[in-house]
Amino acid sequence: MTASPTLAAFANPVLDAQAAFRALLAAMSRPGTVRALAALPESPAGLSPAAAALLLTLVDSETPLALAGGTAARDWVSFHCGAKLVAPQKARFVLDPGCRLLDLDPGTEEEPEQGATLLLEVDALVGGSGWHLTGPGVRGEARLCVVGAPPDFLADWAANHARFPRGVDVILCAGSRIAALPRSLKIARE
Amino acid sequence: MITAQHEQDSAATATPDRIEGRQNWMSVLARASADDIACRLSGLHPLPRYRLIRGPETGLVMVQGRAGGDGVPFNLGEVTVTRCTLCLEDGRVGHAYVAGRDARQAELAALVDAWLLDESARARVLAAVIDPLAVVQRDAAAEVSRRAAATKVEFFTMTQMR
Repeated sequence: MTASPTLAAFANPVLDAQAAFRALLAAMSRPGTVRALAALPESPAGLSPAAAALLLTLVDSETPLALAGGTAARDWVSFHCGAKLVAPQKARFVLDPGCRLLDLDPGTEEEPEQGATLLLEVDALVGGSGWHLTGPGVRGEARLCVVGAPPDFLADWAANHARFPRGVDVILCAGSRIAALPRSLKIARE
Repeated sequence: MITAQHEQDSAATATPDRIEGRQNWMSVLARASADDIACRLSGLHPLPRYRLIRGPETGLVMVQGRAGGDGVPFNLGEVTVTRCTLCLEDGRVGHAYVAGRDARQAELAALVDAWLLDESARARVLAAVIDPLAVVQRDAAAEVSRRAAATKVEFFTMTQMR
């Protein structure tokens, strides 16, 4: 049973979701760039404004979602997105800090687009220093400093990158800012 | 496209007779025009203050039918539906789904729904809003069926004529 949330979502559902989608598209096609989302929803406890905006943009009743966080977050997402909540292994989108990259569905060789997308909440995102990023969408090399990433993230990422075209894409969320790590990206420690 | 959602409030309010009562007033509100609801509410000022949680927004809902009532379900067609969810200052959440495009009707219906969840106000709001609207709707339905009944053909008579 789902309780009704007492928080609204986007003030302007269509245009705000389009703006968030556009920002995500830009972040995904230029890995290492940090984008601020302009229009943010009222977000419940346990979800950053950026993560809440991305869920409203990407998730609906046809995209199974694995969601950690308290009942406030789950009720809000169930009500506004209408998403089915499932175990992380079966989810298209995952927002669960306890989940490791390699536990998630990487798609198949025939249908790599079926791979899951992990939304990872971190403390801060700063461009220009930190990890060395190379790969499609990056001219030469990009730098991204991720404060608060899980300790074994880079080792998991190397294994995730190695199974290309299968794999999991990651969207990093910090407050109202996002950055994306598509599976084609190679990451080296600073 | 609106996806059908079954939203229920806390377990405490979800006993069968309460669900039935809520279904009853929601169906009366869904059939009443915005002006009718506003007119009945005018005697109850001040109205509770509220904030919108979702909508009012208009979308489509697929209506399914079954041939003969028990056949295989088929898509009958899409109906335009406007829905609204709002929250009173005391945290009570009201919902409305109404056929058509009238955003004001959906908003007023959701407001009355939320207000009726408050047991201290329920009797007053039922008496001022729901009961009179229900009487009008029942009379209108009776009038339609009375007119339809007048055109009924007695096939019994025709078989007697053979």
